[in-house]
Amino acid sequence: MNKKVLCLGVESTAHTFGISLASSEGEILSDVNSTYTPLPSEGIHPRKAAQHHSNVAPEVLRLSLQKAGIKLRDIDAIAFSIGPGLGPALRTGATLARALSIWLDKPIVPVHHAVAHIEIGRLTTGSKDPLVLLVSGGHTTIATYAMKRWRILGETEDITLGNLLDVFARKAKLDFPGGPAVEDLARKGRNFIGLPYVVKGNDVSYSGLLTAAIKKLKDGERIEDLCYSLQEVAFAMLTEATERALAYIEKEEILLTGGVAANERLQSMIQEVAQEHDTKLFIVPKRFSGDCGAQIAWTGVLAHQHGVQVDVGKSFVKPKWRLDQVDIPWRE
Amino acid sequence: MLIRKGAEADLYSEEWHGLDVVFKKRVQKKYRISKLDLEIRRSRTIRESQLIHDAKLAGIPTPAIYAVDTTSTTIIMQQIKGWRVKEALDNLDPRDREKLCLHIGELIGRLHKNDIIHGDLTTSNMIVYDGGKVFFIDFGLGEHSRETEDRGVDLFLMKRALQGAHHLCAKECFNALIKGYSEEIGADVAEEVFDKVEEISRRGRYIAERL
Repeated sequence: MNKKVLCLGVESTAHTFGISLASSEGEILSDVNSTYTPLPSEGIHPRKAAQHHSNVAPEVLRLSLQKAGIKLRDIDAIAFSIGPGLGPALRTGATLARALSIWLDKPIVPVHHAVAHIEIGRLTTGSKDPLVLLVSGGHTTIATYAMKRWRILGETEDITLGNLLDVFARKAKLDFPGGPAVEDLARKGRNFIGLPYVVKGNDVSYSGLLTAAIKKLKDGERIEDLCYSLQEVAFAMLTEATERALAYIEKEEILLTGGVAANERLQSMIQEVAQEHDTKLFIVPKRFSGDCGAQIAWTGVLAHQHGVQVDVGKSFVKPKWRLDQVDIPWRE
Repeated sequence: MLIRKGAEADLYSEEWHGLDVVFKKRVQKKYRISKLDLEIRRSRTIRESQLIHDAKLAGIPTPAIYAVDTTSTTIIMQQIKGWRVKEALDNLDPRDREKLCLHIGELIGRLHKNDIIHGDLTTSNMIVYDGGKVFFIDFGLGEHSRETEDRGVDLFLMKRALQGAHHLCAKECFNALIKGYSEEIGADVAEEVFDKVEEISRRGRYIAERL
C-alpha cells in the first residue's frame, strides 16, 4: 500500500499538449508542454490543434520521461484528459494514452480537465476545502465540494472569461494568447469607458460585454483604455459573484485556479474580497495555471489510488463532461 | 451593532426612533474602480427600496422601509426577527420542509404575477418569521419585468442555490416550490417558465444532453 505510485498524465483538451509524471508523494517529476498557436485572426481550429498535438507527441513524451528520469516500464498508470474539450484534440491525447496502456499493460485513468485544474491548485498551494474560482478558456465557474461531488454555485451564463479576453484580443489584432496581451495594455489604460456590467445572483454574463467592447473598438476608442475598462468590468463582475457565493456558502478558503488565475489584476480583486471576509486566498502558481500535463498526472495519481479506471475499449472522450457530474472518490 | 457582513452590504441592528431597525449599508467595494462602484451602489439602493415596497403592495411580506439615503447608500428598514430559510430548511422534518417550500413557491409566483423579478433568490434571502410567515429581502438585483426569460432566470438561480447549499434535499424542495409557484401563477404560465428554466440550464457550459 505504501509503495510509491507513478502516473503519467496526458493533457490535450485544447491548444496545449502536455505530458507529465507525478508520484503519489505529490511530486511533479516533469511537466513538458507544447502549445499550438493559431494564425492571427483565427481562433483555435480543432483539427489544426489535433494535428499539432500528434506532431509534437513523441518528442514531448521523450522529453518528459527524460526530465523525470523515469523509464516507461516503471509507470503504474496512464492518465489522460477525457474531457471536456475539443473532440479532435481530446482524441489525439486519448489515442496516445490507449496505446501506452495496452503496450505497457497498465490501467488507463480518465481525468476530468476542470477537476484537474482544481487538484493541481490544491496540491501546489496547500488549500484544503476552498471555494473554487476556476477561470480559463473553457470554464468560468464558482464551485464548492460536498459529498463526493463539486457543486456549482455560480458560473458564466454564456461565454467564459478566457474566451471573452481571447476573442476581444483577436478582434483588436493582439497577440495570442489574448489574456496576457490585454493585461499588458490594460496597465497603460487611464480612462474608464463604461461597459455593461451583468451579474445575476452568483452568475455572470459576458456576451453583451464582448459585443459592447468590440463596438467601442470600432468606434476608435484607445486600445489601452478599452483593455483597462474591459478587465475592470469583467473582473469586478466575477469578483462580485465570488463574494456572493462566499457569503452564501461561508468557506474559509478561496482557491483561484485556471489560466486566467495568472492575471494580477484579477488576483488583487479577489484578494480584496478574501481580506474583507477573513478568508485565505490561494492562487495556483503561474506555471500550473494554464493547461498542463501536471494537472492530469497528479489527478491521475489520486484517481488511480481510488480505483478509478476505464477499459481501453470504452475510453471514449467526453467533450461535454460537466464538472458537477464527476464522482470524486478520493475525498470525504 | 454590526450583525452581518453580506456580499454587498453591512447590516447593523439599531434602535431608531423607538423602532427595531436594520441599517443596510452598501459599502464601497475596493476591488471596483470608484466611479463604477458608486453607480452600482446607488442604483441598487434605489431599486431595492422600490421593489421591497412594490412587493409589499402585491402581498409578499417584506420589511417596511423607513428611510433611504442615496449618498451613504443606506436603507433603514424594519428588522425581521426570525430564521433565514437557509438554516431553517436543514432543521425541519421533511413534511414541514415541503410545506415551507410550497409556500416559498407561492410567494415567488406572486412576485412574478405582479411583474417583479427578485434577481437573487437564495435561501439566505428569505426569513421565516414566527408561525411560518416568510419575508423576502435583498432585492438589489431585481427589476420589473414580465418576460418569461427573466422569470426563468429567477427560478433557475433558486434551483442552483438549493443544489449548492442543500444538496441532500434540493430535489424535493424544488419540486414543492414549483408546485406552489404553479398554483399561484397558473399552470399555463408556469409551464412556460419551467421550460425556460430547462433551456437556461442547457445554456450552461458542457451540458451532455446538448450533444
